[in-house]
Amino acid sequence: MKHIIKLLLLSLLLISASPVMAKDNFKICWSIYVGWMPWDHGKNSGIVKKWADKYGISIDVVQINDYVESINQYTTGAYDGCAMTNMDALTIPAAGGVDSTALIVGDFSNGNDGIVLKGSKNLKDIKGQNVNLVELSVSHYLLARALDSVGLKEKDLKVINTSDADMIAIYGTKGTTAVTTWNPLLSEIVAMPNSHKVFDSSQIPGEIIDLMVVNTETLKSNPKFGKALTGAWYEILNSMKGDSGEAKKVRTALGKASGTDLAGYDAQLATTKMFYKPSDAVKFTNSSELKKTMQYVAEFSFEHGLLGDGAPDAGVIGIETPSGVYGSKGNIKLRFNSSYMQMAADGKL
Amino acid sequence: MKRLMNSHPSFPLKVFLGSIPFIITIIIYMWASDIRLEANPDDKLMPSMSKMSEAIDRIAFQPSKRSGEYLMLTDTLASLERLGIGIFISAIIGLVFGVLNGAIPFVRAKLSPYVTAISLVPPLAILPILFIVFGLGEVSKIMLIVIGVTPFLIRDMQAKTLELPFEQLIKAQTIGANTWQVIVRVILPQIMPRLLASVRLSLGTAWLFLIAAEAIASTEGLGYRIFLVRRYLSMDVILPYVIWIAFLAFLLDWLIRKYSEKRYPWFHTQS
Repeated sequence: MKHIIKLLLLSLLLISASPVMAKDNFKICWSIYVGWMPWDHGKNSGIVKKWADKYGISIDVVQINDYVESINQYTTGAYDGCAMTNMDALTIPAAGGVDSTALIVGDFSNGNDGIVLKGSKNLKDIKGQNVNLVELSVSHYLLARALDSVGLKEKDLKVINTSDADMIAIYGTKGTTAVTTWNPLLSEIVAMPNSHKVFDSSQIPGEIIDLMVVNTETLKSNPKFGKALTGAWYEILNSMKGDSGEAKKVRTALGKASGTDLAGYDAQLATTKMFYKPSDAVKFTNSSELKKTMQYVAEFSFEHGLLGDGAPDAGVIGIETPSGVYGSKGNIKLRFNSSYMQMAADGKL
Repeated sequence: MKRLMNSHPSFPLKVFLGSIPFIITIIIYMWASDIRLEANPDDKLMPSMSKMSEAIDRIAFQPSKRSGEYLMLTDTLASLERLGIGIFISAIIGLVFGVLNGAIPFVRAKLSPYVTAISLVPPLAILPILFIVFGLGEVSKIMLIVIGVTPFLIRDMQAKTLELPFEQLIKAQTIGANTWQVIVRVILPQIMPRLLASVRLSLGTAWLFLIAAEAIASTEGLGYRIFLVRRYLSMDVILPYVIWIAFLAFLLDWLIRKYSEKRYPWFHTQS
């Protein structure tokens, strides 16, 4: 009896822990954010299904309301792919030993994340203030980079971990004088009286990147999964770009799904550098800038203990980019792979 | 033959039987964790016991590299302070208004419907209002506990006051006690142990609100740490913290019960 239970438990866990084999059914997840909303259209319009059918597989696209939870679900193996930023890809799945590949480099934040001060237009005045932000998120990274730019250190201020759900309400209180956050919260907060955006992600272009990350093993044994996703992605982007009535209709729907309208969604797109053309994404991914960016991100993550407390240095987790590997070559857990986007650019999907 | 419902286990057997579910839970966890770690040695979801004890050692017994504080101690003290103040304020308000509501019909007529209505408002739903009124500091966290727990305590104390044998109150009056004297000499001494019992029951709710408040905006606290490290799935920190919280809650409950048994022995021999 004991042995049967043990066997059952073992097989159950093995199935859930190792999604390595070749298979036909895949699941990806995403959460609400301007750069990932297209997946919503991909699902509703049937574009994802069309591409999956073309390669004889099925892809389930699931929206998860909590961003961090969606990444955790991916990390534990419940999903084969998940939309996340470059920093979270490094600190959650890669640091958790799940070899992950950035299959699609969708966009980078070009003003979508920012620092707002009450009653001052000068970033230097942030010294000595309490800064509300989601600790250890891209906001925290943005703050660190901003402080670097004016010669300040994180020690010069106090970071207060604040839930993004309550950021707007909290900014309205008297004691709050400085926040770092992302859109659509950012634009709401900047619109409040006496509030000034003193730094935003357009000053560190290309450093906060939104990706579709997939499990490396799964991708290796199932290239058609990567092909179908990539093909679908660029068809989705094509259908929403420009001023045609059809594209506007798509963007209106996406705006509505993310709690705003066409104008609101377009405003968010304006501060997001979307790679509508796969060739642009390939160029960005292949450039040596990406490797440098990932080095900044790895150093920030290391200093904040995100790579594990046993980590000897920022390079403990190897990051492979087309222009070279940053960090440990023997422990590569995060890979930027432009080959699928290249296929899209060459029309080979 | 002795019926099953009438046979009681001896004390050592009781301890043994009581520990079985705990042991089974731990064994299943270790099994599952082993299997996951074999597939991926860096798996964070179910860390091994040694990984967790390393994490405990790091956060509890070594000063943090960044601030030089013992994180677990700082977190525990911050949380216990908030919880203690919140519960204390709630207990005082609950006692005063509960007894007045129970003892004086005119007060009850005025306040009882209001308290009932307030107790039905879910405090987490009005969080933004709390922040604007009480700011972001300690006050709003303590107030969240107070708002969450007090209405329950008032209603319970009111009910407990009304349950006191009416004959006692009549008797006190026939020997000349006025309203104030009846409250202070007859009702209050009997209500105190009942207040402690209700406080014990409301501790769970208080912890819930404390963790919620700390998750929203703070710089230290048990709830803060859990929600912070959740960002990178550090279950090796979260699991020990959860067990620690459960232990603290148990300890508080036990302390209040022991105090009550010592201070009001008659109450505990009643039933």
